[in-house]
Amino acid sequence: MSETLTAGGTRKLQIWRGDLTSGELVDYELETEPGMVVLDAVLEVQRSQAPDLAVRWNCKAAKCGSCSAEINGKPRLMCKTRLDHLPAEEPITVEPMRAFPLIRDLVTDVSWNYRVNEQITPFTPRENLREGIDVKDGDFLIDQADTDRMSEFRKCIECFMCQDVCHILRDHRMHNRYYGPRFMIRMASLDMHPLDGVDRLDQVADEGGIGLCNITKCCTEVCPENIHITDNAIIPMKERVVDQRHDPFLKILGRTPNKGRVKPPARSSTPEL
Amino acid sequence: MAGSIEHHDYDVLVLGSGGSGLRAAIAAAEAGARTGLVCKSLLGKAHTVMAEGGLAASLGNVAPEDSWSTHFQDTMFGGKYLNNWRMAELHAREAPDRARELEHWGAVFDRTPDRRMSQRAFGGHTYKRLVHIGDRTGLEMIRTLQDRTVHSDVDVFMETTITRLIKDGERVVGCFGYRRQTGEQISFSARALILATGGSGRIYKITSNSQDCTGDGYALAYEAGAEMVDMEFVQFHPTGMVYPPGVAGLLVTEAVRGEGGILRNALGERFMEKYDPKRMELSTRDVVARSIYTEVKEGRGTPHGGAYLDVSHLDSDYVRRKLPSMYDQFLELAGVDITREPMQVGPTCHYFMGGIKVDADTGQTRVPGLFATGEASGGMNGANRLGGNSLGDLLVFGRRAGIGAAEAAGRSDAVSLPAEEIAAAQAEVDHFLNGPGTENPFHMHRELQTIMGDGVGIFRDKEGLSTAIAKLETLQDRVGNLKAPSNRLDYNPGWQLCREVHNMLTVSLMIARAALMREESRGGHSRLDHTGYSDYWGEHNIVIHRESGHDMALTPTPVVKREELSELIEARKEAEKAA
Repeated sequence: MSETLTAGGTRKLQIWRGDLTSGELVDYELETEPGMVVLDAVLEVQRSQAPDLAVRWNCKAAKCGSCSAEINGKPRLMCKTRLDHLPAEEPITVEPMRAFPLIRDLVTDVSWNYRVNEQITPFTPRENLREGIDVKDGDFLIDQADTDRMSEFRKCIECFMCQDVCHILRDHRMHNRYYGPRFMIRMASLDMHPLDGVDRLDQVADEGGIGLCNITKCCTEVCPENIHITDNAIIPMKERVVDQRHDPFLKILGRTPNKGRVKPPARSSTPEL
Repeated sequence: MAGSIEHHDYDVLVLGSGGSGLRAAIAAAEAGARTGLVCKSLLGKAHTVMAEGGLAASLGNVAPEDSWSTHFQDTMFGGKYLNNWRMAELHAREAPDRARELEHWGAVFDRTPDRRMSQRAFGGHTYKRLVHIGDRTGLEMIRTLQDRTVHSDVDVFMETTITRLIKDGERVVGCFGYRRQTGEQISFSARALILATGGSGRIYKITSNSQDCTGDGYALAYEAGAEMVDMEFVQFHPTGMVYPPGVAGLLVTEAVRGEGGILRNALGERFMEKYDPKRMELSTRDVVARSIYTEVKEGRGTPHGGAYLDVSHLDSDYVRRKLPSMYDQFLELAGVDITREPMQVGPTCHYFMGGIKVDADTGQTRVPGLFATGEASGGMNGANRLGGNSLGDLLVFGRRAGIGAAEAAGRSDAVSLPAEEIAAAQAEVDHFLNGPGTENPFHMHRELQTIMGDGVGIFRDKEGLSTAIAKLETLQDRVGNLKAPSNRLDYNPGWQLCREVHNMLTVSLMIARAALMREESRGGHSRLDHTGYSDYWGEHNIVIHRESGHDMALTPTPVVKREELSELIEARKEAEKAA
């Protein structure tokens, strides 16, 4: 797997500059050094050529999810995309995410995501935790297997690239009807918590709008944390919603998936973009 | 003019949305205070997300013989006995409850076979003590606290930069800043204000710190009259990436060594045998960082100027499960498969032991109305911080500061912002935008980083420090001449950096001057011209404050001790001597 990093050299960048009213791709050229990532190049442009270039970034370690952009047309973290992994002969295009309102240049207004998150009832322990089975002297007892299952979704760094690429949001602009993949995995991680006492499936189906997802898996493809959003979160939750609401056999047996969990208080509808 | 800007009033206002700020906001809101939270970035993006290894708490799930007193002793030994004893005590006593509480709020941690929170080994900790989830413990914590915060009654102001604390007479009554997205000015009045602004790693070029870590809280508190303590102690994490250059400094978690990673030099020698045969790779961070630095300096470094850190002898599935981010990080950014070949690592600026001097129990600074917590505050870690103690610190003292501030706010009358103070704050931000200045903040930041790297790095001496101070002082003459290269208001990075460079320069001067004063080597402070411990300095912290003429005053001050803890301290010192 070891490889020799290509030397730096001159690279061309086309960075989208503009605001809500107008904008265009602007050409920049810069000297690069080995192992440089797109964010390094963009910041070097900012430092030396375009000091008012708006770009949101923070950790530069692929952990905070701030520097999401569309690089050569594909949503990626600028800090995790090496220049030498992109075709050398062509200019590298860097554009803002398209599913959210633009603020300026590469910075978008992602506040809608935070409004959606506020709608989701936080983890609330079951009311009747059993001593020795669920808790011991106040400590939760949880299997590592449950932890691993939840952990996949809790790896999410909230870069919102899955939201950016989701056609329900990006193309159909149905932000007021679908929470988007990010919050499907958020709800999945809560629903899979063995000690969570909230029945979340109505919210997943109704305000969350999981039925709108037609499993094209675009979200999974762009996830920088390699979370299997569609296969491990959305599809199982679609199945649970169907079981809970429509499976006559389970109903007769009285064994719907969220039996014993408490329905959360009614909440306002899906936030507008 | 002041009347026309956006204004908010709170009982408690928290600046900073990392672990300590979130925990403080939750505590203040729970105590019934009207609480606001200001973040420089978006919520959930603060530097805490980068914490990897774990949270130190003597739960005893893996090592039943562990106890708060051993954790206290480890912390004091790691800090070379310069810690505020009371802070180290409170931290060790309360961290287990804070960890359990986090789990009750929905945090998910790795498990033991009997299904409780698992704990891993870390440098300087006698027992396996770090609660963790893979190598992304900080993200788990911040996401849990973030959700708790947004479902508490806390108002959150994202992408809002605070440039000045506002005082009315002797007390802090609020602050002033602007919204980054629009440049619109904003002011807050608050009966109590908590600084939870983290550290200042960006004063070095090679750092594991986020862009946001520019020492804002240190400078704001200092300018408001608070005292600073232990600023000479900067932690260089032993293992940052050294290659490729674009990612130099990026953190390689201590969990790599906690899980069994081995350090070797270019000759294949396991060199920690020379420096700390007892603890080896899991020695304290100051020792491991100096050891790697010395190996490289003496010509035994790797091709890219570091040491080899190897986990290829461990089961590859285990490595991918326990260290998934590290596996990805090296594969993606360096083209190295760590399950098959060694990493190359070297020291990187990681953490500030020093900070704003506070009362251990409440986080109160000496300035009425002003509190501090987390990395922004000093005292807990002494001369060197043990890995895992910062995540505990955030929770224990974040909560305490939140409660302390809420109580102080409850005792306080309503406050208002003096118009002339607001006008002065407005003039400052306007000066950076429209003034006659000619200094480019991007360039001055680079100069500052070079000065600090050259003269105030991992090893220091009188000559290098004096030179650095002289250079920093010339920067200080120029800092008033800073001007953003563009004068637009919306999302202007140069404008943002002007005040940040001012803050970083203030912090750099504190560090360099305190480092020059401390004529010994201890913990994170190593002097080539004073290599041993000094009895005098072993009993004194350096406290810094701003005098009325704006001069920086440094005062050696006796360590804050507690009689009832002496026995534990003496026992540990005896045990170390015997070993």
